[in-house]
Amino acid sequence: MITTGEGRMQERNHSSMKIVRKIIRYVVIILISLVMILPFLWMISSSLKAESEIFGFPIKWIPEMFHWSNYKEVWTKIPFHLYYLNTLKIAVSATVLLVITSSLAGYVFAKVKFPERDKLFFLYIATMMIPYQVMMIPQFMIMKQIGLVDSHWSLILLGAFNPFGVFLFRQFFLSIPDELLEAARIDGLTEFGIYRKIILPLSKPAIATLVIFSFMHAWNDFLGPLIYLTSDNLYTIQLGMQFFITEYNTEYALLMAAAVSAVVPTIIVYFLAQDQFVEGVANTGVKG
Amino acid sequence: MGAPKKKKSNFTRKNRLVAYAFLLPNIIGFLVFIFIPVIASFLMSFTSWNGFGQIEFIGFENYVNLIHDPNFRISFINSILFLLISVPITLFLSMVAAVALNKGIRFVKVFRTAVFLPYVTATVAVAAVWQLVFNPTMGPINGFLSSIGIDNPPGWLTSPEWALFSVSIVYIWHSVGYYMVLYLAGLQSIPKNLYEAADIDGAGPISKFFNVTIPMMSPIIFFTTIIGVINSFKVFDFIFVLTDGGPGRSTHVLVYDIYNTAFKQFEYGYASAMAYVLFLLILIFTFLQYQGQKKWNN
Repeated sequence: MITTGEGRMQERNHSSMKIVRKIIRYVVIILISLVMILPFLWMISSSLKAESEIFGFPIKWIPEMFHWSNYKEVWTKIPFHLYYLNTLKIAVSATVLLVITSSLAGYVFAKVKFPERDKLFFLYIATMMIPYQVMMIPQFMIMKQIGLVDSHWSLILLGAFNPFGVFLFRQFFLSIPDELLEAARIDGLTEFGIYRKIILPLSKPAIATLVIFSFMHAWNDFLGPLIYLTSDNLYTIQLGMQFFITEYNTEYALLMAAAVSAVVPTIIVYFLAQDQFVEGVANTGVKG
Repeated sequence: MGAPKKKKSNFTRKNRLVAYAFLLPNIIGFLVFIFIPVIASFLMSFTSWNGFGQIEFIGFENYVNLIHDPNFRISFINSILFLLISVPITLFLSMVAAVALNKGIRFVKVFRTAVFLPYVTATVAVAAVWQLVFNPTMGPINGFLSSIGIDNPPGWLTSPEWALFSVSIVYIWHSVGYYMVLYLAGLQSIPKNLYEAADIDGAGPISKFFNVTIPMMSPIIFFTTIIGVINSFKVFDFIFVLTDGGPGRSTHVLVYDIYNTAFKQFEYGYASAMAYVLFLLILIFTFLQYQGQKKWNN
C-alpha cells in the first residue's frame, strides 16, 4: 500500500515537473520570438504615424490616425517598383544561368570520367573557401575592361558563376546510380539526352536549394550593387533603400514607410514558400 | 595488344570532348571571374598600383606597412572583438531556440517564422529600423531604460564605447534564425532510439542534452562555428548603414576598410594585401577550430 502511494506521488511529481518544463520552454520561445518580431511591429506602426508621434515612451502601438499618406509620399519620392524590377531581373537571370551552367559542370564532375577531372574539381573546391573580398578588386577591373560597370550584367555574371553551385550539383548527382545512366546509354541516349531527360528531372531538390540560395544572395547583396551601380535607375532594392536613408534621414515616418515597402514583399514570398526556404537554407549551410 | 589501347584512348577522347563541351560555359566564367581574380589580387598585393600608370612591384612592402598601420590595427582588433561578441551569443541563442522548438510545441511554424524572419529581410531596411530604435534621445530602447530609472542610458550607435556592441546586437538579431535552422536540421537527424536508451537508463533532460544531444550535434556545432566566424569577419552592410565606421573609427572592421581603401582611395595594391590578411585570418581560425574539434573527439 505504502509503496504504491509513494509511486503515485513520484508519478505526480514527475508529471508536474513535465508541466513546469513545458512552461519554461514556452516562455523561452515566446520571449525569443517577441524580441525578433518587435522591431518589425515598431516599423509598421511608425510607418503609419505622424512625424511627431513616432517617438515617446511608452510606445503607442496603434497610431492615433493612420497616415497612409506616408506611403504615397515615399512611393512618389522613390521608384520602389523600379528597384524591385531591377532586383528581380538580376536575381532571375543570375539564378537561371547559375542553375544551367552549374548543373552541366556538376554532371561532368560526377559522371563523366576523364583524366584531369579531379584536378579541375579541386580548383573549384579550393576557391570556395576564399572570401569575396579577395576577388572583388580584380573582378571590378575585369568588368571595367569589358564595359559592364554600371550595368546589371556585372551583378548577373558574378551571381551566375559561383563554384558552390557546381559543388552542390556534383554532390547530388553522385547519389544517382551509374546503372541508370548505363541503361540509358544502351538505349541510345546521348550524354546531353541523359543530362536532360534523366538527371535534371531527378534533381529537383538540388535545383530548389540552389534557386533559394541564389535568390537570397541576389536580393540581399549590398556590397556588389554598391560597387557596380552608379546610375540611380539601375539601383537594386538594397541600394535604393540606402539612398533613401542618406537623403531623408530625418523624416522618420517616411523612412519607416520605405523600410516596410522594402521588406514586405520578401516576407510574402517567404510565407508562400516557407518550407522550401527553411530546407534550402539548411541544405546550403555549406556556404553561409 | 594495340587494339584495346587504341580503343581506350578513343574512349578517353570522346569523354573529354563531352566533358569540356558540358564544362565550357561554367569554366569560362569560373576562370574569368573567380580563378584569375584570386591570382591577380595576390600579385596585386605586392604592387603599389592605384589603377593608373605603371604597375610597380614593391615586394612585401604593403604587408610590412599593414603591420605598422595604426588604422589597420584598429580595424583588425574591431573585427576580432566583433567576432568574440557576436559569434558565441548567436550560436548560443540559436541552439536555445532550436532545442526549444524541436518538437512537442504548438504553433511551431509561427515561432520558427518569427525567429527566421530577420534573416530573410533586406539588411539595409532593417538597419534603418534599428537606427531609430537605438536613437539615444528619442528611441524606444532608451525610453524604456529611463522609464525604469536608468538616468544615463548609453548612446548606442553614437557612442564610441557602445557602437560596436550595438552593431553586434543587430547582427545577432539578424543571424540567429539562420543558425537555428541549421541546428534544427541537426536535431532532427539524431536517432530517436538514443533518447529512448537514455530514458531506460533513467537520464533526465539535462543529462540527455549533454550526453546525447551535444555529442551527436558536435559536427554541426563545429561547422556552424566555422561558418559563424567566417560570416562575422565579412560583416559589411550593417556597419555601412548603421554607423559608417564611426563614431571615430570605433566600428571600422576589415571588410569596411578593404572597401574604402579600394573603392574610395583607389589603393588597389594595399587593399589587396588587406584582403589576403583577411583570408589568412579565416584560414587560421578554421584551422584552430579544426584542431579543437579533433581534441574534443578524442
